[in-house]
Amino acid sequence: MRAGIVVFPGINRERDMAIALEISGAKPRMIWHRETDLSGLDLIVIPGGFSYGDYLRCGAMAAQSPVMRAVREHAARGGYVLGVCNGFQILTEMGMLPGVLLRNASLRFLSMDCYLRVERVTPAYTSKFAQGAVFRAPMAHGDGNYFANDATLDRLEGEGLVAFRYVTPHGEPTLAANRNGSARNIAGIYSENLRVLGLMPHPEDLVDKLMGGTDGKPLFDSIAAAA
Amino acid sequence: MAKIVDEALARSFGLSAEEYARVLAIMGRTPSLTELGVFSVMWSEHCSYKSSRVWLKTLPTKAPWVIHGPGENAGVVDIGDGLAAIFKMESHNHPSFIEPHQGAATGVGGILRDVFTMGARPVANLNALRFGDPNHPRTKRTVDGVVRGVGGYGNCVGVPTVGGEVNFHPAYNGNPLVNAMTVGIARQDRIFLSAAAGIGNPVVYVGSKTGRDGIHGATMASTEFGKDSEEKRPTVQVGDPFTEKLLIEACLELMATDAIIAIQDMGAAGLTSSSVEMAGKGDVGIELDLDAVPQRETGMTAYEMMLSESQERMLIVIRPDRQDMARAIFDKWELDFAVIGHLTDTGHIVVKHKGVVEADIPLAPLADQAPLYHRPIAETPKRAPLGYVASPLGMADAVMQLIACPDLCSRAWIWDQYDSTVGGQTVKRPGAADAAVVKVDGFARALALTTDCTPRYCAADAEAGAAQAVAEAWRNITAVGARPLAITDNMNFGNPEKPEIMGQFASAIKGMAAACIALDFPVVSGNVSLYNETEGKGILPTPAIGGLGVLEDAAQAVGIAPAAGLDLVLIGATVGHLGQSLWLREIAKREDGPPPPVDLVAERRNGDFVRGEILAGRVRACHDISDGGTLIAVVEMALAGNVGIDLLPRHEEIAPHAFWFGEDQARYIVAVASAAAFIAAATAAGVPATLLGHTGHQAHLTLPGGATISREAVQRAHERFLPAWMDNAGER
Repeated sequence: MRAGIVVFPGINRERDMAIALEISGAKPRMIWHRETDLSGLDLIVIPGGFSYGDYLRCGAMAAQSPVMRAVREHAARGGYVLGVCNGFQILTEMGMLPGVLLRNASLRFLSMDCYLRVERVTPAYTSKFAQGAVFRAPMAHGDGNYFANDATLDRLEGEGLVAFRYVTPHGEPTLAANRNGSARNIAGIYSENLRVLGLMPHPEDLVDKLMGGTDGKPLFDSIAAAA
Repeated sequence: MAKIVDEALARSFGLSAEEYARVLAIMGRTPSLTELGVFSVMWSEHCSYKSSRVWLKTLPTKAPWVIHGPGENAGVVDIGDGLAAIFKMESHNHPSFIEPHQGAATGVGGILRDVFTMGARPVANLNALRFGDPNHPRTKRTVDGVVRGVGGYGNCVGVPTVGGEVNFHPAYNGNPLVNAMTVGIARQDRIFLSAAAGIGNPVVYVGSKTGRDGIHGATMASTEFGKDSEEKRPTVQVGDPFTEKLLIEACLELMATDAIIAIQDMGAAGLTSSSVEMAGKGDVGIELDLDAVPQRETGMTAYEMMLSESQERMLIVIRPDRQDMARAIFDKWELDFAVIGHLTDTGHIVVKHKGVVEADIPLAPLADQAPLYHRPIAETPKRAPLGYVASPLGMADAVMQLIACPDLCSRAWIWDQYDSTVGGQTVKRPGAADAAVVKVDGFARALALTTDCTPRYCAADAEAGAAQAVAEAWRNITAVGARPLAITDNMNFGNPEKPEIMGQFASAIKGMAAACIALDFPVVSGNVSLYNETEGKGILPTPAIGGLGVLEDAAQAVGIAPAAGLDLVLIGATVGHLGQSLWLREIAKREDGPPPPVDLVAERRNGDFVRGEILAGRVRACHDISDGGTLIAVVEMALAGNVGIDLLPRHEEIAPHAFWFGEDQARYIVAVASAAAFIAAATAAGVPATLLGHTGHQAHLTLPGGATISREAVQRAHERFLPAWMDNAGER
């Protein structure tokens, strides 16, 4: 897939994302937030960071940005969109994915490894994982507590749109494994057409043995392999 | 503006009568309010180093790999591949006491600017924090605010916080220490300095707008606190990490061009110190038109603008023909860019506001005649040897108590709030190794980084304690396999006008200098924070050391976590020194005796051997022995590696508690596949080495006497304190 990474003022994990995509063979280009022409790109990645400082609600300012109108149109055309951390927050702010990301239940920033269970294997993002596979990923956020009303959560689960859940290393979705307090341990969700994916943790920071492991690499291998 | 400038006002600005007389002599007239403000901040302890300069000059600052030593915004060392590491540590103690969150946040912001102003992309933050007694009513709030401030700023700018240290002691009840360190990487041919040049060249202001925040912050940082310290809150600035992030990106983008002649951040004393220092270093004059300064508030006076410490601002002397291009870069990043003056040949700083000359000061005497004090010194009496101290507690109970105490418990609660992985280059995260290891993006090499100081040693013997701080930094870098290159220092002391405090300072400098020379580990940057006293009570002398080393291949770095099935070998000589040890304080309830002696020859020999073995691939894990001694180091390795450890009985003539909890220096524990060959190699190199025990899959530790303790129980004890104290959190 030809990938582009959107850079808002205050975004800070664009380089991490580029490295991960490059290791898997994708060749991303950076998209400055004032750009509106996304033609020629299959996947738009909105990386982590603090867009506009997140001084308002996380992602609320970036959601109003010109480039995000283009991203919405890209998604409407059936294009792929991946939002990680602040990117996930921006996608929920825009309503491109349901629910919101609240302040962590502990009311503290959480930077640590978590374990994610692959809830659904999709062609674009998780084809290199086995269904139910558990992998480790760093997380680093203050507002990652996924929340939606019960009807929405039931629908997400019923339609198989939950992408990842926080679990123990053995794959159990326990309270203790759910450090930020997310509803039903949800760490990531898909849009109905499975082409828009948002998740809080950072698989892009675990794609090299030197940095502690390659647990996150299958995600990017899946992306690179997708047509 | 009705204030009358006289000696009384000068004194209220922190100048002594003698210093004010010198101002009058330089000016040949009564200075204006703005001029008095400029003198008072430039001659404050914080900016002028008037009490410490004579001593700082005696520190070793040179080595073949040192590119820029002290005197620039930060130190610069050659790390190979045409690259330079640029780093410095700086204190934000006084603001962090008054307003912990913003005080700590702006401390991080300030040190970041010192590093990227030289052309480096910041790649790592570290810190050295000292808090009061956990039982003191104020400590919890300070810890909470400082940790939120450090994390909030670093996380947002996207620079990983990869390491640090924390101590608790009642001496910091009224004076916590927040020392922040930033490390950046630049190309050696793209390093930017602050000396202005080129008469007529424009002086450009970039970054945030100027407000009334932080006026006289540098002066505040140069006095003791009394009961009114809460009222000083308006002197604390507020941080804006988002703007800092934009400023980093914009400056680095501009630095990729040839537009910049000189650049300096506006830190303490803001526009005053940046303009005075840039012009002074370049032997030129400077004229500023304050009407052009981007302002956040209306009606600001010249005095207020010159002394404001609003954050996230830089001053740049720029090539006139590159001005439009430079402006376009700052427009892109949506930051203010204003030409606020130009360089002159007058040798004066001239400040104009609304058509009036508000200040006109000759720069040479402002710098050359800055006060310099040879303050009287009283040496701290040496502590009597400890003598034999019986153990009141069995070894298993002592381990459980020590590993849980505030100075040895897990710091995970703190570092779990710091983003340590952003950037994707963190090879060894907090807790994984004795030094943090951060790879250089695009290269095989990596930096090893640490901060160290043991203040209780320094209080007992500042010379030995300061030497120990340098040695421990060197050892921590060595323990990951890196070659130690240089240090930055952050000298935190009490009131220098007291001879015993100045004696501590002078002794600490002597100890540091000796260690730096013996270990080829020069000082390339630093900061002095004096007057760390509240109501007459000083802190423990705390010369915090930030160390930097390099690994040619990041893959060679080792951590402290051993696998099962390895031998643990103790490197270095053990005599069982318990003076000033944590065992003595926590178990025997005594805080006396001398600190452990530092044998720099042994330090070097043992460390060079360990590093050689790591780089030869013969060491699977390595941990230096420091607070708590050998047994605590062993336990930390067991917890990190999730392994069981079987310790062998000992037959030395040393009491077991002294052997296992003594804090003798120059020692490491290494995990190796076969102890016999390793010990033979050490012996051949003249390095003491002895087999301590073995790692295994069992879920417990077997102590030398045969008693066992469950690893899970140790881990629970180790992880309990901070979450329970700070968040009333039960055990997880």
